[in-house]
Amino acid sequence: MKVDLRINGTIHSADIEPRKTLLDALRENFLLNGTHAGCEHGVCGACTVLVDGEPVRSCLMFAVQADGYDITTIEGLAPAPGELSVIQDAFCETHGLQCGYCTPGMILSAHALLQHTVTPTREDIVEAISGNICRCTGYGQIIEAVEFAAARLRIANTPRPQHGAPHHAQADQPIAEPK
Amino acid sequence: MKPAPFDYVRPDTLAEACALLAGDEDARVIAGGQTLVPMLAMRLARPLRLIDILRLPELAGIREEAGAVVVGATTRQAHAERDPVIRASVPMLARVLPWVGHPPTRNRGTVGGSIANADPSAEIPLAAVTLGAEIMLATTDGPTSMPADDFFIGPMLTTIGQGECVSAIRFPVWPHQRIGVGFFEISARRSDFAFVAAAAQVALDDEGRCLDVALGVGGVGDRPLRLDVSCLLGTKLDAASVSEAVNTASLDMDAMSDLHASAAYRRRVASVLCIRALEQARGNASAKSWKGAR
Repeated sequence: MKVDLRINGTIHSADIEPRKTLLDALRENFLLNGTHAGCEHGVCGACTVLVDGEPVRSCLMFAVQADGYDITTIEGLAPAPGELSVIQDAFCETHGLQCGYCTPGMILSAHALLQHTVTPTREDIVEAISGNICRCTGYGQIIEAVEFAAARLRIANTPRPQHGAPHHAQADQPIAEPK
Repeated sequence: MKPAPFDYVRPDTLAEACALLAGDEDARVIAGGQTLVPMLAMRLARPLRLIDILRLPELAGIREEAGAVVVGATTRQAHAERDPVIRASVPMLARVLPWVGHPPTRNRGTVGGSIANADPSAEIPLAAVTLGAEIMLATTDGPTSMPADDFFIGPMLTTIGQGECVSAIRFPVWPHQRIGVGFFEISARRSDFAFVAAAAQVALDDEGRCLDVALGVGGVGDRPLRLDVSCLLGTKLDAASVSEAVNTASLDMDAMSDLHASAAYRRRVASVLCIRALEQARGNASAKSWKGAR
């Protein structure tokens, strides 16, 4: 099937078999190898990409389902070639990665969180990366990296759009459930 | 971990989707695909054709009706979780949704998909059965509906027939002012399949007496079970009455046994979680003032 995908702001076209996942299309058809193939059945989170700004598993979506959405991969985060985004830089600085296999997924999950939460709590961060498995770090430095990036983004006062506005405004106020 | 070949069709209308489903017994519906795609990848399912209903406009969205909130089948779980109408009027659904998968799977997974998948330990079917929701179906003969309790007939089994498709779930809204929900779940890891889950909703009058109560357990039997605790109506939900009601209601509860948890364990944990869920629901309801808006 002929598919037009909007990836990192550019339209890419390819003839793709319906059974090909978005993950495999990104890696094989468009050579965006930053999206990592891990378990390929929706458990590990290594293949996380952003679809309309929200993290999803690219192994659980067929490329033919992805037309019309705005897809962001790890390659789309850096402001310019050779540079790093604030979150990527924070991961380097706090040693938020060891083998690096989970890192693109972790960074994209963190990116989506920090797009709509200016001051995330530790719980917010843990929830945001709960779908991403890391076997090296024990998660401690990853959480530190996201906290560090959040602090830097606050200082930089970067304007951040509220993705899908109304429900995110709500999401910042957890349901009050008194014990 | 690559699916077998299939045809992919994206119909423009719900009627067209039903007609395609009716005419092809090897066709399956795909919406969010968060359960189906792993099944395809592991080749546990090998449909020859996938009918994508995710973008059908008539299936999306949340709307309020008299005494009910209707959640369109393709409403994303993440969207429902944050929706102000669901938070205010179907608090049990809002309470269980954070337990469904992880944020990335909730961004794609749909409310109707979880209903149609009918996993016995899934939280959305549990909320639907506990609250007595109606499952609305689109068929080639037009719309129909049935109570959630009749819709689920076994593990991953529903009454849904060829040419039918879940179109929406109609959750009843309780008219009372002081409503509280409680929910507890035991699983190996957060967001794994529940060994046992218990959900409760209670309504209290201004003196703290129970006006209405609903209690359900998931993960125990081969489908979500609603427990009859109507003997608690009129009581103040004191510990003795609650534990007696739960023990009576769960006496002849069927329980599954598997590698992870024995039937006896599931039954024992179910009683404990039911009691805790009712206590939490009572606590949340009493924290709301009688005059205050919901």
